[in-house]
Amino acid sequence: MKRTYLGEFEEIVLLMVAGMDGEAYGVGITHKLNEETDRSVRLNQVHAALHRLQEKGMVASRLGDPTPERGGRRKLLFTVTAYGYRTLQEIKAVRAQLWSTVPITPKLATSL
Amino acid sequence: MNPKCHPPHLADRLLEWFVAPHQLETLQGDLHEEFTYQVERVGVWRARWRYWRDVLGFIRPYVIKRQRNEYPNPTNTDMIENYFKIAWRNLIRAKGYALINIGGLAVGMAVAMLIGLWVWDELNFDKSFANYDRIAQVMQHQTYNGKIGTQTAIPFPLGDELRRNYGESFKHVLMATWIEPRVLTVGDKTISKSGLAIEPQAPAMLTLSMRKGTWAGLTETASILLSESTARDLFGEADPMNKLIRLDDKTTVKVTGVYEDLPQNSSFSTMSFITPWELFLSERTWVRAMENPWRSNSFQLFVQLTEQADIGKVSAKIRDVKMKNIRPEERRYQPQVFLNPMRQWHLYSEFTGGIRTGGLIQFVWLFGSIGVFVLLLACINFMNLSTARSEKRAKEVGIRKAVGSLRGQLITQFFGESLLVVALAFGLALAVVVLTLPTFNQVADKQIPLPWTNPVFWLLGLGITVFTGLIAGSYPALYLSAFKPLNVLKGTFRAGRFAAVPRRVLVVVQFTVSITLIVGTLIVFRQIQFAKNRPVGYSRAGLVRLAGTENTHKYIDVIRSELKTAGVIAELAESGTPATDVWSTNGGFEWRGKDPGLSVDFPNAGVSYEFGQTLGWQLVAGRDFSRAFGTDSAGFIINETAAKFMGFKNPLGEIVRWDGHPFTIIGVVKDMVVESPYQSIRPSIYHLDPNNGSFVIVRINPAVSTGQALAGIETVFKKYNPAIPFDYRFIDQEYARKFGDEERIGTLASIFAVLAIFISCLGLFGLASFTAEQRTKEIGVRKVLGASVLNLWGLLSRDFVGLVAIAFGIATPVAWYFLSNWLQQYDYHTNISWWIFGVTGSGAVLITLLTVSYQSIKAALMNPVKSLRSE
Repeated sequence: MKRTYLGEFEEIVLLMVAGMDGEAYGVGITHKLNEETDRSVRLNQVHAALHRLQEKGMVASRLGDPTPERGGRRKLLFTVTAYGYRTLQEIKAVRAQLWSTVPITPKLATSL
Repeated sequence: MNPKCHPPHLADRLLEWFVAPHQLETLQGDLHEEFTYQVERVGVWRARWRYWRDVLGFIRPYVIKRQRNEYPNPTNTDMIENYFKIAWRNLIRAKGYALINIGGLAVGMAVAMLIGLWVWDELNFDKSFANYDRIAQVMQHQTYNGKIGTQTAIPFPLGDELRRNYGESFKHVLMATWIEPRVLTVGDKTISKSGLAIEPQAPAMLTLSMRKGTWAGLTETASILLSESTARDLFGEADPMNKLIRLDDKTTVKVTGVYEDLPQNSSFSTMSFITPWELFLSERTWVRAMENPWRSNSFQLFVQLTEQADIGKVSAKIRDVKMKNIRPEERRYQPQVFLNPMRQWHLYSEFTGGIRTGGLIQFVWLFGSIGVFVLLLACINFMNLSTARSEKRAKEVGIRKAVGSLRGQLITQFFGESLLVVALAFGLALAVVVLTLPTFNQVADKQIPLPWTNPVFWLLGLGITVFTGLIAGSYPALYLSAFKPLNVLKGTFRAGRFAAVPRRVLVVVQFTVSITLIVGTLIVFRQIQFAKNRPVGYSRAGLVRLAGTENTHKYIDVIRSELKTAGVIAELAESGTPATDVWSTNGGFEWRGKDPGLSVDFPNAGVSYEFGQTLGWQLVAGRDFSRAFGTDSAGFIINETAAKFMGFKNPLGEIVRWDGHPFTIIGVVKDMVVESPYQSIRPSIYHLDPNNGSFVIVRINPAVSTGQALAGIETVFKKYNPAIPFDYRFIDQEYARKFGDEERIGTLASIFAVLAIFISCLGLFGLASFTAEQRTKEIGVRKVLGASVLNLWGLLSRDFVGLVAIAFGIATPVAWYFLSNWLQQYDYHTNISWWIFGVTGSGAVLITLLTVSYQSIKAALMNPVKSLRSE
């Protein structure tokens, strides 16, 4: 199966964008990521990932409304594209397929 | 938002600077939002700290990269880019013209650069000396034979006199000898080098840069300073300091210093060593013992003035210093002492009648103006081709004006174009200069380096490029930009009947300059040839000159008989003169019927009995010196000029008194050319002198080969002079050197003349091809109507030949005027014959025809069907 390669972080950001349903933007994603994944993610990392995703055609951007805490500046809002959504589904399917091969109680390594 | 909670200002400024404008708003918004959030979470200070980290984290290519504008706003730079594009396309489209333009300009600029380098070198002569402005040579004017002559030779006591009575004006007063060859021996290594003896402050005056030792190196009597190259020749890499050197196998001196070689463009460039003046005096004891030391002018005197002294005033002050000291009977020479400042040594040291009349500076002017003219010729080519081809670009000018170009902008465009072409030509010219400089140096007898590191050179190069660009571009720029768009675009534009007039004038100027140069070159060479053909009065073939030494003089009779027995020589004689120069002139001659007020100064030479026979001089009256007559020791042989000067109808047997002693004239010889072959011959006197062995003159036995003869002579000379290198000169070669200067000028002038005519023809070729192209249709119609090839050839060539004829008409009087003036400076000169002008004129027409014919015949042979069909 051929598809554009997505890094782990990119995949998570893309999922976030999909989950926020058109209201995703840099700061929002960063905060949500920090809350939900217990990672310490920086704004510029998220921006870089969004930039790459846009270049790959998986997200599209539009300008939102200005808010006072941004000093009257507009947000750059991201929405997942059809291609991006399909990619996410494919990844999910692959994972599911792989999970289905895992026994319920796999043999675990005992010593490390 | 609380103003205190504002994100750090500086970080914001940094962000605004590096982030691409289209990303700034959203990015900065995100950052500010994050900042507000962090202020509430962790406080202002840590939020600020994070803000900084975040901003720096955004320094990434994708953030910095600016968005490409799909519809760029035209700016000045875009216009300039367009100008260059169009200029380049025009060059590429007409490769032939571009080649003529750039090639011609490059040749012109290369010539201008070479000449510029030469002029620069000449103007900077002696400037390497730090005391350039303060150094002077003491010289004198004296009246001989009714004429004022000027000389550097001054009497021995003059130095002391200046020191004693005028010491306050001078920092240094240094007596010196001439730069003369001496033999230097170290161990078994013997070389001959030129140097001079001078007083000990000389290194300080000349600010020699000492490689070893100090400026005080000449204070010991038996010391010597060597130039770096001489030291290397003698000692190799070994340290020369305090080593001993034998001078002429007589005196031993110690090396007390080594100085850096003086540059080639300085008056002391041939000075390979310096010895102390005291040493010279101790070697020549007669100098101090002279009975009348003010009479003999045998030395040089250099001075350095104090900072306050005015050179003109000091020169006036010391004017009569010699007059006051000489004996009354010598006063009629009217010696006037003066200072010749170093800045005038090289370029302005020619005196006529006691007045400075210039010197080499005239060549600086001559070549400088030739350089400017050649460059001008190349500029004219450029102007002519640009304007001639203007019609091709008329539409472009029309369109540009129609869409809003101002005239000023068009002028800028065309200047830009010419600057582009000139810059290309300059690059090419630099390459040409680099390649030809070694040859040029050889021809010009110079060692000019290319001053790559000199900013002045680059500034001048840039200046010439811009200047040429502006001159060459001015006419097309002003002419083309004045077109009216309406006329041009309607398609009826034709350059008016008079549009070609300036072009014709320029062609005439070009050929005037070229023809003048060619006539000049021909006449210079004719003058040289004329002087070369001058009868010299003796036979030069197989004549060899050797420097005499103490031993050759002592054993001269033995040497002579040994060489004769060996059969390698025909004859041999000793002489006080080198035969190709005058080494001594003397006054004090009195004869019957001489004007008592006349003070005379004749070249004279003490010779041995066989001198005349060796030289092969031609007696017109009387007899040669002979051992058979004991009285010949009081006999004179004079030349024809001397006989005429003294006014003797029958000079034989006349008594001439020399310092009171009577001498009888026993023979008169045909005039011999001893000095410059361009000057008239001076009255000369020869007498027998058994003590003079300065030179040995040898005539090789014509039956023996030169190599064999020289080997034989060397064996015998070495026998009596084992320590001295066998050094000989061929008289015919020495004589040929007299033509060196003129031949050099002639060669340089002929190169420039050829280049000038080449550049002119290049332009003509371009113009002819343009006219032919322009008249293609006309020629087609004419051919259809029955014109022959010859007809058409005449039609196309006539114009140009006419222009060259006009140029010839202008060049003739100009060349005549300048060259007859030039010839006047030579006593012995050729006349400007009409055939020279005839040859040059027909040559110019021939070259023009050849240049033009290629194009006109090509046009005339073209198939009219082709030229008329295309539309």
